Amino acid sequence: MTRKLEISKHKLVPQHEILSEEEAMVLLDKLNISRGQLPKTYKNDPMVKKIKATVGDIIRITRKSNTAGESYYYRVVIEP
Amino acid sequence: MRILPKKIDGIKFGLMSPEYIRKFSVLKIITAETYDEDGYPIEGGLMDKRLGVVDPGLRCGTCNSRVGECPGHFGRIELARPVIHVGYAKRIYKVLKSVCRSCGRIKLPDERIGRYRQEIKTARKIGKNIDSIIEDLFKEAKTPKKCPHCGGEIFEIKFEKPATYLEDGQRLSPADVRERLERINDTDSVVMGFDLDVARPEWMILTVLPVPPVTARPSITLESGERSEDDLTHKLVDIIRINQRLEENIEAGAPQLIIEDLWELLQYHVTTYFNNEVAGVPPARHRSGRPLKTLAQRLKGKEGRFRSNLSGKRVNFSARTVISPDPSISINEVGVPEVIARELTVPEVVTPLNINHMKEIIIEGPYNYPGSNYVERPDGNRISLARVKNLDELLEKVKPGWKVHRHLMNGDVVLFNRQPSLHRMSIMAHEIRVLPYKTFRLNLCVCPPYNADFDGDEMNLHAIQGQEARAEARVLMRVQEQILSPRFGGPIIGGIHDHISGAYLFTMNDTKFTKSQAFQLVYSSGIRKSLPDPLIDENETEYYSGKQLFSLVIPEGLNLSYKAKICRKCDKCLEEDCKYDAYVVIRNGKLLKGVMDEKSFGAFSGELLDRIVKDYSTDDARIFLDSVTKLVINAISRRGFSTGIDDEDLPEEAKERIEEILRNAYKNVRKLIRAFNDNLLEHLPGRSLEETLEMRIMQVLSEARDKTGAIANEYLEKEEKKRRRENSARIMAISGARGSLLNLTQMTACVGQQAVRGERIKRGYAGRTLPHFKVGDIGAEAKGFVKSSYKSGLSPIEFFFHNMGGREGLVDTGVRTSQSGYMQRRLVNALQDLKVEYDNTVRDTRGVIVEFKHGEDGADTSRTDWGNIVDVGKIVRRYADQRGKK
Repeated sequence: MTRKLEISKHKLVPQHEILSEEEAMVLLDKLNISRGQLPKTYKNDPMVKKIKATVGDIIRITRKSNTAGESYYYRVVIEP
Repeated sequence: MRILPKKIDGIKFGLMSPEYIRKFSVLKIITAETYDEDGYPIEGGLMDKRLGVVDPGLRCGTCNSRVGECPGHFGRIELARPVIHVGYAKRIYKVLKSVCRSCGRIKLPDERIGRYRQEIKTARKIGKNIDSIIEDLFKEAKTPKKCPHCGGEIFEIKFEKPATYLEDGQRLSPADVRERLERINDTDSVVMGFDLDVARPEWMILTVLPVPPVTARPSITLESGERSEDDLTHKLVDIIRINQRLEENIEAGAPQLIIEDLWELLQYHVTTYFNNEVAGVPPARHRSGRPLKTLAQRLKGKEGRFRSNLSGKRVNFSARTVISPDPSISINEVGVPEVIARELTVPEVVTPLNINHMKEIIIEGPYNYPGSNYVERPDGNRISLARVKNLDELLEKVKPGWKVHRHLMNGDVVLFNRQPSLHRMSIMAHEIRVLPYKTFRLNLCVCPPYNADFDGDEMNLHAIQGQEARAEARVLMRVQEQILSPRFGGPIIGGIHDHISGAYLFTMNDTKFTKSQAFQLVYSSGIRKSLPDPLIDENETEYYSGKQLFSLVIPEGLNLSYKAKICRKCDKCLEEDCKYDAYVVIRNGKLLKGVMDEKSFGAFSGELLDRIVKDYSTDDARIFLDSVTKLVINAISRRGFSTGIDDEDLPEEAKERIEEILRNAYKNVRKLIRAFNDNLLEHLPGRSLEETLEMRIMQVLSEARDKTGAIANEYLEKEEKKRRRENSARIMAISGARGSLLNLTQMTACVGQQAVRGERIKRGYAGRTLPHFKVGDIGAEAKGFVKSSYKSGLSPIEFFFHNMGGREGLVDTGVRTSQSGYMQRRLVNALQDLKVEYDNTVRDTRGVIVEFKHGEDGADTSRTDWGNIVDVGKIVRRYADQRGKK
């Protein structure tokens, strides 16, 4: 009767994935930044919860772009 | 004065302790007196006496410097009783509420306090803002009850009015408050946000008031000879007076009431001194009634310190005058009046290579152009050439390493700007051309980015002082580099008005020139190529066609085809064989078919110009524009181009047809209204009956007007052919030079429906717009449809409605400017520190990443093809052409 709304399938929600330790290090090294210099997202964000990411994890968000086809965005999870 | 440059590591804001204030103040202010009888500042009072000098000639008591040099020194006032600093009133309240009145600890168990401490520590590490954590702490700690540490009772409810605290009905004097704050221990202070290096809670209450130096509150001497004191000085005088009275009263007898009253008055004055716009406090006023401008007012928005003196400043080496057009100078140049060139200088360093030239310039001096105004020694000392006595002596001393401040000369790079500076093309680098008379001159093509017209506009000029800045301007900001807009990738600098109509007339198939005419035209464009062979026409005479001559200006090897603006958008485009000559074909740098118009090198659409900038260079584009405009203007000047009322004349037949269309339209409107009244009208989906009616009526009338316009256009074209005389208004509209078919329609055939807020005219009298109509009349005329053309003239009723519509236009232009101005300001403030790094990442000044790839695609929009990153067709065609040649 009642079905739960699956947010990850919504048109406006892009794909979220957690980066492994190595991937994370590679990213920070390539950009020459510290974790705190990444864009942030809260640990109570619905997609973050769904992916079961914790504070300090870096997630990669893949979204469709009008000008570039696909584009990546990275966020580090922090305490709200 | 040479000081070693120092690098700032950081800035911290804190509170001043009474000890600190006493330490750095130069003197203790005692009297409220400012000047004595002779007008001498001095005394042990508020002015001078080691606080700083404003009068030329006097020397500072503390540092012995003269008026320009002394930065001023702080003094102090010892307050008879402590006073609340109004800026911290809210914070003091929060702290008081969170702290036990007996033992001074925060009213929370130790674990909670520890938790908060941890949070603050981690937040500081990430760089997150502490404020929210402290707010949470205050919220939690204000719940009354008892103190968990000492068991002391807490009395609830502490009110706060402007600057007073009530506990349980009793007033807490500032001294009482200070006592409580003093009891708070260091760890608790840190948790409440106080950085111990620079702040302790009790310092939020003032015992000693620092007195700003005289330089920060100078007096002004009016023409009448009187001295008028600065607002701050007035306020300080008030404070000192009350303070003295308070002190005397405390010393002598002390009816508690009087003391309290004076104390409250002192509090009022100190509050008002910091901020005269506090809610609930009557602002202190001048004798004239005007409220005083005190410390907070000096800093606050728009006219305050930040926005008006720091984010933006008045600068030296700048100039401003009226602008006027000059088609003969390059787009990169700016015409500068000699008077200005003589006043603005550029520092040029003397080297062994230029020392002779420099000496000549020095000899010319400030009154001959080109000369110089100042000579500067290596130690920084400037010598005015206007007042030097022995020129030869000076010339001897001049060696490499000295600087000469010489007049602005041809070729110097300057920044030229028109306000409002809404995009980066509002300031561009130009090369100077010194000209007679008193206006700045600019090439017409460069008007669109500045949004300049010549109805009295003024523009600003900045003479670039340093070599690095000069190089940056010349490489990055020159007009020719800004031809393509970063907004959409197309040109925003290009031909306007007569350039376009001139080009159209010039490249029409019928334009022929004799050899001598051709020579004149090509020479005027600045091109120095030799003429090609002439064409032969039917009568066996030689001639040159407009297209041939135009081709001389197009760079070699260019291949391009596109539809011109005059294209009729026929159903089946004949392309190269278009009978209107609307398909432009350029092969190998020669214009073979089609006319040049707005679509070719106009300011916003110029396809040809766009191609030249992208495939050749900005230099080539500049040369192209300069040549094309000169050529085309010359051509149209010789040919002549004018307009008159007969450009809007229509033959009887046309007028009859127009009448008929409008008559029919009126009939349809009446039909619609009848249907509506008889309830026979069909709803449009989702709209009420009234809405549907209005929409249908507007549709009918609008179509009618357009049909009218089509008829007018048709007949105007026929007339052109018949009379063999061009219709200038029509030419301007179709070539895109100025005006549109709508303008033509309104002038010749029918002005059309007037609208306010998107709807037909509704307001006026009750139930009708004007008393000339019956109540309830919703016909075409009654609601603002203007049947007449501008040429035939509007009836008084039509005129009135037209005025209503026009007024709305003017009003919303005004409103729109300020709305968009505010939006622009917010955007600029948020975005101006972002930079695209070498790895295409967008970061702010802290290194925080904002975008991982600029625009998600890393593209520079000005180099794109009207937004598309790659024009595949173009590349394919280029390959095909090359292959074809082989």
